[in-house]
Formats: sequence, C-alpha cells, structure tokens
Amino acid sequence: MPNKNLIEEVNKIRLTLGQNIYDEVTASIYKKAGEVAKEVVTHKGEDSGKQKLDYWLDKLVTNKFSGFLIMFLLLAAVLWITVIGANYPSDLLSNLLVDRLHPFLKNAALQIGAPSWLVGSLIDGGYLAMAWVVSVMLPPMAIFFPMFTLLEDFGYLPRVAFNMDALFKRVGAHGKQALTMTMGFGCNAAGVVATKIIDSPRERLIAIITNNFSLCNGRWPTQILLSTLFIAPLVPSYVAGAITAAAVVFVAILGIAFSLIVSWGLSNSALKGQASAFSLELPPYRPPKILQTLYTSLIDRTLIVLWRAVIFAFPAGILIWIVSNVTIEGESLAAIFIHWINPTALFFGMNGVIILAFIIAIPANEIVIPTILMLTILVASPQYLGASAGTLLEVNSVNTTLNILKLGGWTALTGINVMLFSLFHNPCSTTIYTIYKETKSFKWTSVATLLPLIIGLLVTFIVTQFWLLFSV
Amino acid sequence: MNANCENCPVHNLNTLQRMGIEMKDFDFVVALMGNPNTGKSTVFNALTGLKQHTGNWPGKTVTRSEGGYIYGTRKFKIVDLPGTYSLLSMSADEEVARNFLLFGKPDVTVIVADATRLERNLNLVFQVLEITERAILCINLIDEAERHGIQIDERRLAKKLGIPVIKTAAREKRGTDELLYFIDEVATGSYKCNPNRATAYPPEIEKALIKVEKLLLGEFPYLPNTRWIALRLLEGDQSIIEAIESNDIQELIQQNEMQSA
Repeated sequence: MPNKNLIEEVNKIRLTLGQNIYDEVTASIYKKAGEVAKEVVTHKGEDSGKQKLDYWLDKLVTNKFSGFLIMFLLLAAVLWITVIGANYPSDLLSNLLVDRLHPFLKNAALQIGAPSWLVGSLIDGGYLAMAWVVSVMLPPMAIFFPMFTLLEDFGYLPRVAFNMDALFKRVGAHGKQALTMTMGFGCNAAGVVATKIIDSPRERLIAIITNNFSLCNGRWPTQILLSTLFIAPLVPSYVAGAITAAAVVFVAILGIAFSLIVSWGLSNSALKGQASAFSLELPPYRPPKILQTLYTSLIDRTLIVLWRAVIFAFPAGILIWIVSNVTIEGESLAAIFIHWINPTALFFGMNGVIILAFIIAIPANEIVIPTILMLTILVASPQYLGASAGTLLEVNSVNTTLNILKLGGWTALTGINVMLFSLFHNPCSTTIYTIYKETKSFKWTSVATLLPLIIGLLVTFIVTQFWLLFSV
Repeated sequence: MNANCENCPVHNLNTLQRMGIEMKDFDFVVALMGNPNTGKSTVFNALTGLKQHTGNWPGKTVTRSEGGYIYGTRKFKIVDLPGTYSLLSMSADEEVARNFLLFGKPDVTVIVADATRLERNLNLVFQVLEITERAILCINLIDEAERHGIQIDERRLAKKLGIPVIKTAAREKRGTDELLYFIDEVATGSYKCNPNRATAYPPEIEKALIKVEKLLLGEFPYLPNTRWIALRLLEGDQSIIEAIESNDIQELIQQNEMQSA
C-alpha cells in the first residue's frame, strides 16, 4: 500500500511541526474577513421598518404556540382553496376528455376498422387512464403547487423547520430532517436526495426511512379527492369545505406524527445515538415574485408531475385492460386476483380492486385513483363502458367518480382506509430506487420500503375493526 | 465581423446566447459557489436562461447542476454548486462543492455572496482564494442590502481582495451584464487576478508543505491543487486522509474532470 506509506510520511512531518495549523489558518481567515468587511461596509441609519417587521413576524411564526397554529392554519387554508378551486375545472376536463373525447375516439377507431383488441387496449385502456389522470390530478396540482411554492419563496419553509427542530431533536433525529421532510411534501425522491444536507450517516438514514411519511405530490390530490367524496357527506354542507380540508390536514399531521414516532423508534433501537447540533439560518422574508413563481411552479412541478403521471398512466392503462380482458376459464386475470385477495382486503376495510391498484401504481402514486376507477369499471361492471356515451356519464366528474366507486362497493370506511393506506404504504419505485442509490444498502432499502407498508396494514386493520365494532 | 467587435462588451452582450443545458462542447468552465441561500441558483438562471427551481431556503441545491451560454465567440459551461459555509467542513453536499473546486479545475470561480452578511461570506472567499487564483466575487442581493441601508465600497474591496468584485441583484437581472463581462475577462486571462491571501505561513510550515507536495505528486502525478491538499494533510483533515488511503482521490479527479473542447 504505497498510499498508506504516504500518509505515514506525512504524519512524521506533521509531528515535527508540533503546532495546530488548522486553528491558525482558520483564525487568520476570520480575522482578515472581519478587517476587510469593516473597511468596505458602511451601515447607514437604524433598523428599517422592514427589519422590525421581519423580527416581529419571526417571533410570531416561530413561537411555540402561535408557530404551530399558523403552520396548521396555513396548510388548511391552502388545502381548502385547492378543494374549492379544483372542483369546477375538474368537471370541465372530465366532461371533455372522458365523456366526449373517449366515445368519439372509440367510434372513430372502430369506424376505420381497427381491431377491437387494439381499440380496447389503447383507448379503453391507455387513453382512458391518461384522461382520468389529467382530469382528476391536474386541477388540484395546478392550484396546490403554486401556493406551496409562493410560501417557499417567501421564506416560510425554514421557519417550519425551525419549529419542528425541537421535536426532531427530542426523538433523536437531526433537526435538518424537518427540511427534508418538508421537501418530501413535494416529492419523496427529492426529499431522499435532499438528506445529503445531514452530515451524520445515522441521522441521514433515519431521515431517508421516514421521508415516505410526508404526503407527496402524487398523494395530495388522492387525499383531497377522497376527502371531498367521503368525508364531506358525513357533515352538514355548510362546513363540508372546511372539514374536507381539515381531514387532509389531519392525514398530513398523522404522517408527521409517524415520522417522529418511527424516528424515535429507530434512534432507540437499530440506529442508536444522540442528535447532533446544527445551525440553520433563517433567511429574510422576501416578497415572492408572483408571476415568475407561478411560471416555474407550473413548469417545474405541475407539468413535470403531470407528465410523469401521464407516461406511467398510458402503459398502466394498457396493462389494466389486458389483465381485465385476458381470461382463464372465463375469468379475467384481474378478476382472479381480485377475488382471491378480496377476503383478506376486507379485514383492512378495503377491497381487492384497491390492493391491485396499489400494486399496479407502484411506479407512480399519481395513478392510484385512475387505476381504481378503471379496474372497477373493467372488472366489476364492464357494461359501464358500453354506456359511456349514454346515461351514466352525464353527471359531473366528482359524481362520476363517486358513482363508479359506489359501484365498486365503497363506503365511507373504504374512503378513510384508502386515505390512510395512501399515506402509509411502500414508496413509489422512483423513490425506492433513489433510496437504494443513496444508501447503497439492500437492507435499508427494504426497511424503508416495507416499514410504511406494515404500518399501513396495521393502521387500516385497527381502524376497520373499531369502525365495525361501533357501527353494529 | 470586425476584429474589434470580439472585444467589445456591448457587442458581446448583444450576441449573448443563453444555451440552457444544451452545452455539448465548451471553451471554459465556470463554477458558482457561495454560502447557502445567497442566490446562486438565481444567478445561474440569469446567466444560462434556465428556469431551475429556486427557493428561499438554505440547502435547496444538494447536487451540482450545469448549464451554459455563448458570450461573443466563446462557449462557457457553468456549474451551480451546493451552498457551503466553509471548505473545511464535511457534509455530503458541501463535499460536492469542495471536490469540484479542487478536482474539477474550473477556469473561473464565481463566489456568490450575500450583501447583507458580507463579513461571514468573506470567510469563504478567503478560503476559495487559498485554492484558486481565478475568482470573481459577486455580491448578490444588493437590493436587499440597500433597503437595509448597507453600503459596500466594491472598488476598495476589489483592491483588497485582488479579484473583480461585482454587485448584483440577480432577481432583477441587475449587474449580470457586468458579471458576464468579467467572467469572460478572467477566463481569457485579459484580467489578471492577484489574490490577496489571508495567510502567510512560517518558513518551517512552508518547508513541510513543499515536502508533502513532492510526496503527493510522486503518488498522483496529475493531482491538482497539491498545495491546498498538502496543507489539509498537515492539519490532519480526516476526509482527505481517507480519500488518499482508499485511493478514492483518483476517482474524485476523474468524476470532476470536465472534457473541454
């Protein structure tokens, strides 16, 4: 080992110096920086009004009580605007893409003499899945992401991290995990990459494993939609909007709570250790550049996420059509699987269609709901498609979705359990791959993949059993 | 084109082409570094015309991103590095920045500083100047500093540091023309930087440094910045020692190597 010799040689030389060069170098750099800065920087006047405002605002948003309250209220407000605002464009898109364009395309294809299996797989499969992704996912994304980005630009996210820091420290995790968790609210794969800012490997691993508990881009719209469909009807209509938003906030907070609990569990078992200190700079509040932010969040987040959903939806749609149409002894592959898993799924308050949909949607959480809709139609009631030009699809999109889900036997309990399971299940394949790239460990990748799934099954099982106990 | 045109800043700015990420071959590599949340990504976007997502929080950029532009007849590749407070610390994102500076051998290093926190930012400037000569200090967020009544004498600072100092407000695209001009000047060698180093070492350390540098070059003939690495070794910097012991340093050199045209 010639390199070892080199280090030994260097160490010999080092011993002859007998002084701490590091401290000397650092000290002289700091001294010089101080001197130069003093010479070239002049500070005129007292603190401006804006600084006082910044100071005041920081006291408010990082206070132990008002800080958390403001956090939840802001999140709730953003979600509430999304719920209210997404309804109408969703109807419009669904009307256009599903109710009008789908039968048109199908008829056109059949008229030019395309074989029915081709029409089925491409149009009833691929196209319809894409159309649903766009109409169900685009409106909430186009409203939610820009608002989130505006908050980010304003400088609010580091304050959230600051508030959460004490909690993370208490459970033995790194305070910066609050930042990577917040990143995960956008995309878990991005959140996992962002854990690079955490120096200690132990704390970084905890942050990676728990990142999936942050609801991501692909899951927010699922939560919003299911909450609108199944939570809102449980309460009087004048509070429906607020309760819908509150339910989604609750799911998000549940995710944060589990993030903390699991971090605590890990740092007291497999990843034992003390939380290390770090410094977090609170940037000044900056008035967000509204137009620019809207543009970048539209391009960067909305379109990219939507594009990802669409390119995953098309092949998934074809796959769904195939498994629903290839039959063995008169029963389709999908139906065989669904009927086989259904009794087990019922224990968890879900059904076979949902389980199959979560498996098909492993590449992208965005397509869970569209996949459920497609499977329900193709397996449970194929006559629906034949009628798509007619009576059943006259109603607006939210009701269409609700009708289809009810055809599949959904109740409020199913809605709640799918919301919970969407929060607690394995990460999408992109995230799993990213975790593997970052940890280079098969073991930890498996833990990060399976742990949320196990928690999800436990949570839905408990909820279901309690629900059944009290509703009888 | 008249030969004089090539040297005229006005002409060069008028022919500026923002190339986004479509940069296949290039003449010069420009590294962007600085403390976290000083607006490196905003400067990056202003120079390349890219719309990289920027955010008002430290630690947004954790891996390096690349883009490019053509100024006059010269092609520049620009590398946006994660923010770092110091070149002596250890977190993975800060290592990305440090390793690129050490082994990527950028032609120009633009240090983006926060005008409202200049003193702390200068620490990094002096550390960078220990490694490279060809650097430019870009004092960003100058609009915010002005609002706070902070004034910076950039000419005096440029003299003190021995490198060009440019004030910018990248969000408003203020000062970016000047920055482009000076990047070109420094890259082509028209502007000679003469950095004022913060540290002068006693002769026995200088002697030791020379010895260690010789040892290093014996083992790794292509190693850049041997003086800085030698200094870190003498200080007992664990990450550098490990990189040499495990031979990772070879890989680091290759990883950061840019194939220029």
